[in-house]
Amino acid sequence: MMKLLTASTAITLAGTGFALAGTMDDIKARGHIQCGVTQGVPGFSNPNDAGDWTGFDVDICRAVAAAVLSDADAVRYTPLSNTERFTALQSGEVDILSRTTTRTLNRDTALGLNFAPVVFYDGQGFMVRESSGITSAMELDGTTVCVSAGSTSELNVADYFTANNMTYEPVRFEKADEVLAAYDAGRCDVYTSDLSGLAARRLVMQNPAEHVMLKETISKEPLAPAVRHGDDAWFDIVTWTVYALIAAEELGVTAANIDQMKAEGSPDVQRLLGSSETGTGEWVGLDNDWATRAIAAGGNYGELWARHLGPDTPLKLARGLNELYTNGGIQYAMPIK
Amino acid sequence: MATDHTAFLPPPVVSAGPLAWMRRNLFTDWRQTALTLIVLYAVIRGVPPLLGWLFVDATWQGTRDDCVANGGACWAFVSARWGQFIYGFYPADERWRVNVTFAMLALSVVPLVLPMVRGKGWIIGFLLTLYPVLAFCLLYGGVFGLPVVETARWGGFMLTLVVAITGIVGSLPIGILLALGRRSNMPAIRTFCTLFIELFRAVPLITVLFMASVMLPLFLPTGFSLDKLLRALIGVAVFNGALMAEVVRGGLQAIPKGQYEAATAAGMGYWRMMGFVILPQALRLVIPGLVNTWVAIIKDTTLVLIIGLFDLLGIVQAGVADANWLSASVTKTGYVFAAMGFWILCFSLSRYSMYLERRLGLGASR
Repeated sequence: MMKLLTASTAITLAGTGFALAGTMDDIKARGHIQCGVTQGVPGFSNPNDAGDWTGFDVDICRAVAAAVLSDADAVRYTPLSNTERFTALQSGEVDILSRTTTRTLNRDTALGLNFAPVVFYDGQGFMVRESSGITSAMELDGTTVCVSAGSTSELNVADYFTANNMTYEPVRFEKADEVLAAYDAGRCDVYTSDLSGLAARRLVMQNPAEHVMLKETISKEPLAPAVRHGDDAWFDIVTWTVYALIAAEELGVTAANIDQMKAEGSPDVQRLLGSSETGTGEWVGLDNDWATRAIAAGGNYGELWARHLGPDTPLKLARGLNELYTNGGIQYAMPIK
Repeated sequence: MATDHTAFLPPPVVSAGPLAWMRRNLFTDWRQTALTLIVLYAVIRGVPPLLGWLFVDATWQGTRDDCVANGGACWAFVSARWGQFIYGFYPADERWRVNVTFAMLALSVVPLVLPMVRGKGWIIGFLLTLYPVLAFCLLYGGVFGLPVVETARWGGFMLTLVVAITGIVGSLPIGILLALGRRSNMPAIRTFCTLFIELFRAVPLITVLFMASVMLPLFLPTGFSLDKLLRALIGVAVFNGALMAEVVRGGLQAIPKGQYEAATAAGMGYWRMMGFVILPQALRLVIPGLVNTWVAIIKDTTLVLIIGLFDLLGIVQAGVADANWLSASVTKTGYVFAAMGFWILCFSLSRYSMYLERRLGLGASR
């Protein structure tokens, strides 16, 4: 079914890609951005008590809206299920898919998507009880691991333990909920899932404080916003808005100090914020203040992280790979010049 | 004169009062007694913890941390999101429109239930023709100076009702027409109706919704998009119309041939025969089947979740995923709340159908 769907989607897409160029004109005419989000993933996108969408992925859309429409609130959110997310983007229902989507070759080519820079380096990680004293994935030799039968994560675990010459005892369950319940009840020492998922599932355990997540990841799940093939101008805007947020963190520009930095920052800062003589606006098809607005909307990349995923949130995720390259991570903005 | 005395009867055991009732119904013999004791044990073990969770340990006000600390149900979560659960993302200032729409519905349904009200035909006529138009104008807006509220903002209990009512009201006429068509003498119509019914009966609703939401947009011309909710509503109505057709056909088959012949002999044409003689009898026979389908429609409304519409269950799930609430107690509370919402809907519907059967004197005659 999925294969058939993918194939037919790809065929239909070849025809529609070019007709959909001019996303910017559509957006300006309609006055808002259509942003595809999840149906509720903690920290990434979910409605808050007031009924507004919030989360890390949501703030990416808000930054783009601020850059192109000067209004971070000019976004309409379309909650999308896993199966319909790509069709929604391809058929023009949404302009940008900011929805915990892993960048893969197949999606980038056959499905007709263009991926903006990775905003969250996710990957399969491990969770153990704090009382076990385990602090690194290399110390997992001889443990029992709860996994769901036949899943990718089961294969990843098998590969990881074989590659590192360690043994483990898998405890298999059919459903994801059963795996979680079994770990929570103490049937196994280790629970494994994507890092973002681990953080969320820890919160629904009987005693969240008892569990710790190990730093290592054993698979690659780079999550990135996506746009349609065929509209390079729009793709550039989304790409460089994400880079602008990361660059702002590198340069120490925050939502709070942005006005001051704009006036007296270093040449790099001034170029980013459009206050130097050679502004960047013309090149991306916007005015020179585009990056200033994007950053002012919700803060720089690090601020978004801290607000939705970081240690001060209930999720308490460690930045890990998502730290700037200067702090031991791999987040790195291309030069904005 | 009777000469032989019948044997003296022993004095009667208590035959009235609660003790006698218990003896008769709960402790008739050892099997009944054992069953009673088992059930009693289950109730004693099960009910106090449930009540404890629902009320005693529950958190009525506060935040996630209070709920986690108390361990019981987290009604604070439900009350913080009450508006969202009922109206979805419908703007707060415009929610009166939803209230008016459903108050109108309730006000027209109540007289239908009361025996002494006359002119029920008019009320039903209003509900089937004018009301849907009015409801759409009110909910969507754009006329009478009401601001437009896109269907993307509809959600929660309100969306569940919209999908369920459209499914129920839309599927009955479709079903009747298809059932008549399948029994028609005209081969083209008969073949079409049979194919249509068999096609939709043979696929799950989830497939219909999936096709409507994922495949359809790819075949439509670029820039032309059918509203997502509209696609789902059409899918639900058509799918259930096909199911309804078979229920109605069952009723049609139960009407003796003499009724058709008598109606024809009285000079009635096809539509008058069906409308005045056959269908009133046939539909009355299949009320349980119809209500069964309706209850199924209500429960199937949750499937719109897979095409990204937030019905009651969907909005609860999205709310539970808020990191500021996410915890075991909030998750359980959310699902219990959604279950109660659906139970109230389905239970009142089935009570209404039982009442309807009694009124029409069907239950007694069989």
